Amino acid sequence: MTRQMTGAKMIVQALIDQGVDTVFGYPGGAVLPIYDEIFQQNSIKHVLVRHEQGAVHAAEGYARSTGKPGVALVTSGPGATNAVTGLTDALMDSIPIIVLTGQVPTFMIGSDAFQEADTVGITRPCTKHNWLVKETDKLSGVIHEAFHIATSGRPGPVLVDIPKDVQFAKGEYTPKAPSKSHYKPQLKGDMDAIVELVEAIEKAKRPVFYTGGGVINSGPAASQLLRELVGATGFPITSTLMGLGCYPASGDKWLGMLGMHGTYEANMAMHGCDLMINIGARFDDRITGVVDKFSPNSKKAHIDIDPSSINKVIRVDIPIMGDVGHVLEDLLKVWKSRGRKTNTASVAKWWKQLEEWRAVNCLKFEQKGKVIKPQYALTRLEELTKKYDRYITTEVGQHQMWAAQYLGFEDPNRWMTSGGLGTMGYGFPASIGVQMAHPDALVINVAGEASWLMNMQELGTAMQYKLPVKQFILNNERLGMVRQWQELLHGERYSSSWSESLPDFVKLAEAFGAKGILCSDPDDLDDAIMEMITYDGPVLFDCLVEKHENCFPMIPSGKAHNEMIMGEVDTSTAIDAAGKLLV
Amino acid sequence: MSPLKIKKGANSHSAYNLRPNFSDVEERHTLALLVENEPGVLARVIGLFAGRGYNIDSLTVAEVDHIGHLSRITIVTRGTPQVIEQIKAQVGRIISVRDVHDLTVEGASVERELAMFKVTGTGDKRVEALRLADIFRANVVDSTLSSFVFEITGAPEKIDAFAELMRPLGLADVARTGVAALSRGE
Repeated sequence: MTRQMTGAKMIVQALIDQGVDTVFGYPGGAVLPIYDEIFQQNSIKHVLVRHEQGAVHAAEGYARSTGKPGVALVTSGPGATNAVTGLTDALMDSIPIIVLTGQVPTFMIGSDAFQEADTVGITRPCTKHNWLVKETDKLSGVIHEAFHIATSGRPGPVLVDIPKDVQFAKGEYTPKAPSKSHYKPQLKGDMDAIVELVEAIEKAKRPVFYTGGGVINSGPAASQLLRELVGATGFPITSTLMGLGCYPASGDKWLGMLGMHGTYEANMAMHGCDLMINIGARFDDRITGVVDKFSPNSKKAHIDIDPSSINKVIRVDIPIMGDVGHVLEDLLKVWKSRGRKTNTASVAKWWKQLEEWRAVNCLKFEQKGKVIKPQYALTRLEELTKKYDRYITTEVGQHQMWAAQYLGFEDPNRWMTSGGLGTMGYGFPASIGVQMAHPDALVINVAGEASWLMNMQELGTAMQYKLPVKQFILNNERLGMVRQWQELLHGERYSSSWSESLPDFVKLAEAFGAKGILCSDPDDLDDAIMEMITYDGPVLFDCLVEKHENCFPMIPSGKAHNEMIMGEVDTSTAIDAAGKLLV
Repeated sequence: MSPLKIKKGANSHSAYNLRPNFSDVEERHTLALLVENEPGVLARVIGLFAGRGYNIDSLTVAEVDHIGHLSRITIVTRGTPQVIEQIKAQVGRIISVRDVHDLTVEGASVERELAMFKVTGTGDKRVEALRLADIFRANVVDSTLSSFVFEITGAPEKIDAFAELMRPLGLADVARTGVAALSRGE
């Protein structure tokens, strides 16, 4: 069944057919026909953001908290270029989003028309795929294909650039149908390799599961299978920043996050293991530390849906290409059918070692005096909010690492943070996207004051749509992570890392009609957090914290997992000249 | 390692490559990509090479299947074995790329390149240029009293050799197409 309609109507129809209920966007000249169609229907809710970057991050937040693709709609030229940061962020973190951009009419392309930009050219390296649609007849087919590509295989952002004349012209609508695309990623893993991994699991003396965002992206079933596998084998498990929640933080096999600011036990386990099972992670440089010294004595298995992730950074012994869920299902089947064997005695000995490392209690801190320690603030936030239906987003910096360390995630899709790109300004719009998808949930953005200011205009969006997002700002009046690096690496010369002329956040909140809470006394913190939670509306929580607190443990640049800095020791010699070069 | 079968032409075989890849020695590889012939597809491929810092020694592209809208891009690149594997995996990830062949490892292949040389001069040098062109089976496609344009086809090394010989004889200009390559046999 096909129907004649305008391109603009086609776009809305295709979104409805794809099950889209929310679009984040900002209008402009080149998308007016689409906005006209949105005005005349009730199936899709449009959220007017205050900046296009916010639209894309909101779509990311929506996608990560639901597992469904997020959709953003922006105009040509500056609308499209403002979307670039969000697209790159989604590419790095493998988040399925569809960005629709308006374009000047086809007959004006290339003439430097008003608000013209080479959108597909600019976004080619920061999308999984993109299209410029020049014929209305092809428009709906391309949009359906865009959803297929964004959501299958390793997910990612896609962009469809639609000239204004294509939106006005009439054409034939192609309904959603099973994709005829050549893009069909391999989901099942190679059985020989899976058997090889099972054999390694049976023999391993010091195994560790190293999990990542791929488990979350594979869907809730993958997390369930992972939990079953960890429970049945009794092997310890750690996760990257992106994978938090795929195994519950309260689980007894949980070692905490690994990597640059990961726990001592997780990093020591990675360094000392004899079998590393990488499930949906990518050996990112924040994880490996210096590659030459990375886990020197282990056999490494790597399950990943993206062939280019395998052997990119670390040479692995057992590569398994496939979807995490599919591979784990087969892995469990094979392992069970061979008698559920593990090297119990050796693994028990390994656990004894792990318990010793755990006993170091690397995340310990002391809250003394009248200044709030950021770690204390997060510990209290965790305690007071964990019983809620809770979603956490973050900005980027020290607060992000502390949130990863001190908050516990029991389920996947509850933790939205900019991992790969490290985008300051991500968290606030992302929290808006999450709240749109989960209107009754408690959505908290753990922020630093500097990051938060980068997209503060979205407070208008939160107010307009009555989204009770809680902005929990750990305010140290510093670019905390920059300052920490300057302390450790640049002789305490704090070049431009002071947030001077900060606004009064309470007054700022009130200017938008939101609620502002200031808290500077540890004794008031619990009451203030409860006030934030119970308030029905957006809250800006200005939590004044210790200004020069450093984030530890830390693997200094150029060092290995077993060379962590544990705390406020003499850090001046921790990083050598080669390490200084690294970011 | 398990004896994993490398399927010829599989663009996903990179991880299963059994050759040791910790070698620091750079290798020259000829890759043949079958791509959808759509606007921007070449930009996707070369943008990836530029963005990730891979080398391009030579590149040719033309439509090879008009009905199927397919073009063939032949790229000669160089890098350590690990880099070559990454290049293939990264290129294979581009949605518009249907197939990636590494002609250097997938059995024997033939490589050809077409080049045109403008050689100017008179007297003995001119005669010598023509004699050498004959030896190299180059054709004269344009001639004046003081110049020739030679057309030569062959493996890149042959064309390099011809260029070296022409240089002292008045080589004025060169145009090369870059390498086109096909696997031998069926």
